[in-house]
Amino acid sequence: MSEAAIRTIRSIKDLPSAHLLGAGTPMCAGCGSLEAVHEIYDILGRKTVFVNAAGCMTLLSAYPFTPFRGGWLYTSMASASAGAQGVRDALDILREKGRITADEDMTAVVLAGDGSTYGMGMSATSAAIERGLDFLYICYDNEGYGNTGQQYSGATPHGAKTATSARGYSGDKKDLFAIWVAHRPAYAATVIGAEPLDLAKKIERAARMKGPRLITALAPCPTGWDYDPKDTVEIGRLAVTSGVWPLKEYSEGRIVHTRVPHPRVPVEAYLKTQGRFAHLFAPRRNEALLAGIQAKVDAYWAEWG
Amino acid sequence: MSRLLLTGNGAAAWGARLAEVDYVPAFPITPQTEIIETLSGWYERGEASGRLVTLESEHSMLTAAGAAAATGVRVFTATSSQGLLYAMEMLYAVPGWRAPFVMVNVSRGVASPITLESDHTDILAARDSGFLQIHCATCQEVLDSVLIAYRIAEDARVRLPVIVNQDGFTLSFTREPVENPEIEAVRRFLPVYDPQNMEFRASRPVSQAVAVLGGSQYSYFRYEVHLAALNALGVYEEAAREFAAQFGRNHPAVEAYRCDDAEIVFFMLGAFATKAQDAVDRLRESGLRVGLVRPRLLRPYPEAALRALLLGRRVVVVVDQNLSMGKGGVHYAELASALYGRRGAPLLLSYVGGLGGRDISAEEFFEMAAEAKMAAETGVAPEPRLLYTAGELREMRKLQAIAQAERVELGRKP
Repeated sequence: MSEAAIRTIRSIKDLPSAHLLGAGTPMCAGCGSLEAVHEIYDILGRKTVFVNAAGCMTLLSAYPFTPFRGGWLYTSMASASAGAQGVRDALDILREKGRITADEDMTAVVLAGDGSTYGMGMSATSAAIERGLDFLYICYDNEGYGNTGQQYSGATPHGAKTATSARGYSGDKKDLFAIWVAHRPAYAATVIGAEPLDLAKKIERAARMKGPRLITALAPCPTGWDYDPKDTVEIGRLAVTSGVWPLKEYSEGRIVHTRVPHPRVPVEAYLKTQGRFAHLFAPRRNEALLAGIQAKVDAYWAEWG
Repeated sequence: MSRLLLTGNGAAAWGARLAEVDYVPAFPITPQTEIIETLSGWYERGEASGRLVTLESEHSMLTAAGAAAATGVRVFTATSSQGLLYAMEMLYAVPGWRAPFVMVNVSRGVASPITLESDHTDILAARDSGFLQIHCATCQEVLDSVLIAYRIAEDARVRLPVIVNQDGFTLSFTREPVENPEIEAVRRFLPVYDPQNMEFRASRPVSQAVAVLGGSQYSYFRYEVHLAALNALGVYEEAAREFAAQFGRNHPAVEAYRCDDAEIVFFMLGAFATKAQDAVDRLRESGLRVGLVRPRLLRPYPEAALRALLLGRRVVVVVDQNLSMGKGGVHYAELASALYGRRGAPLLLSYVGGLGGRDISAEEFFEMAAEAKMAAETGVAPEPRLLYTAGELREMRKLQAIAQAERVELGRKP
């Protein structure tokens, strides 16, 4: 378990003042995924083995450099959770057989994008949860296959323009949190880098638990979502205040919303910030689609708010 | 030392047990399943200490195997056919991690059509992956090869995963008397796994299996794996020598049977080579100077040993239990590349046979020998061909007629 997990985070002042993850990575300016990974790593600490699935973050460790102070293992797009199984089991065996001491132990943490998580990685993750694997799973969700130029994935929201949905994505964003919760894991949560205190509390809570703990971070993506990199934090906040990205957690059979936006900002205010939704506003406003997106968000909060 | 009546699968499980493996990521597939069931039973009953975890696929199984080996424990796993193909992405990935472990593959034909019975097309799909390959012809060899495989895999000069291959059904489900070595002797031969610097420990940060940017770095690391695989030739010989000294059983990289004065040599891998051995005995009785060469090591390719054994022969008859679509037998092409342009290179004859559990009969060996004799006399090799009899073809035509009649019957309007 990380050394950072000993203290308890109550206010923004309790957050670490320096980042653990090294600087100089090749991520894009304003990357919302890197923002979240920074904040998460600060809480987890260096006794962490990141088991990575193919995605943007794979380029964090590119020979001969690595920004990680602990472990890192790239696996494949589909099987990072199985990699975490191998690392965890091996460390358990080494502990049981007395070949390593407790202070040499590390936490296995999957780091995967939405392309992997919502798609080909789901089978391995589902199986890891059903086996009760003691691991953390971090999904950075930029709502498309970002590393290959933002084609639509199972995480792309309805109506979003991507490299493979020029007229707006016709499907609906899959409810990953609900899928995870259906497995009854030890813990599941949604976070966003723009709300660092909420994120830190959840990561800290997860870090103190055992068993499968799954966290998905909405990750605003300047290149994929088409906006100015300086707006990443603002867009993240709008995702929360508009109710598009509910912040919530699950444990012991209960779902709790850690932030209920009230009053909620109209979804339009969030959509307008991003070029991927520009076709909803120009040359003509697509009133039906805008109303439809707002209605879905309203329906969600009517149930949970 | 004790003697047990073991199937090839039982022998594989005993190999893993005697190697005192720490960890077995598993997934069931016919005809491999008995291996993991046997290990699971021992672990559950406390008769051996190890941890077996069933993953949800072979792709995940191989990822877990590589990840655990990269964390510093001794890993064993097993698969077959479609499972091997399903794991193919990771099969190519994990050798580059330089994480040593051993996998037993129980050879079975690949779809389509789907079948359960044996040939070697599955294992040859893994040929270029970076896994080393040892091919077995008996149940005893399966057990012994698992132990030898760990020695090679974990050697500092190699550090690569190894596949031990056995034929589905022919070996996997056939019981033979197998010498089971004493654990103390095995420990002398195979010391406790030293992960060297391959591990995840809190005090020693490391990033493994990282990306490279550019072909120069990529070429370097890929070629390093190739060189490590080539190192395994010498390391194998050392390990086999020590194994023979310790246990009295000799497993050379290439086995030669009655080759001393042979003019015609059969070339085969795996269990069906024992049929060739029997045919050699009978052909010798008829006065033909014939022998058999059976590589146990396929990767690294024991080129020097093959040249030493085969240059100067008149004809080598390559019997491939595999089929590279649009090319033919894989071993034929590989052996040709090893012998081409060398002084004394023999004529090569190519036969593809024994696909998907189809037998190769003694008569067929005699026929191949007769064609080889003719080729030796004329200096001309016949075209490659499939071992398939006229009787078989007649039966096949009957089945096709039935299938056709069925289709017509089903399509008829009521």
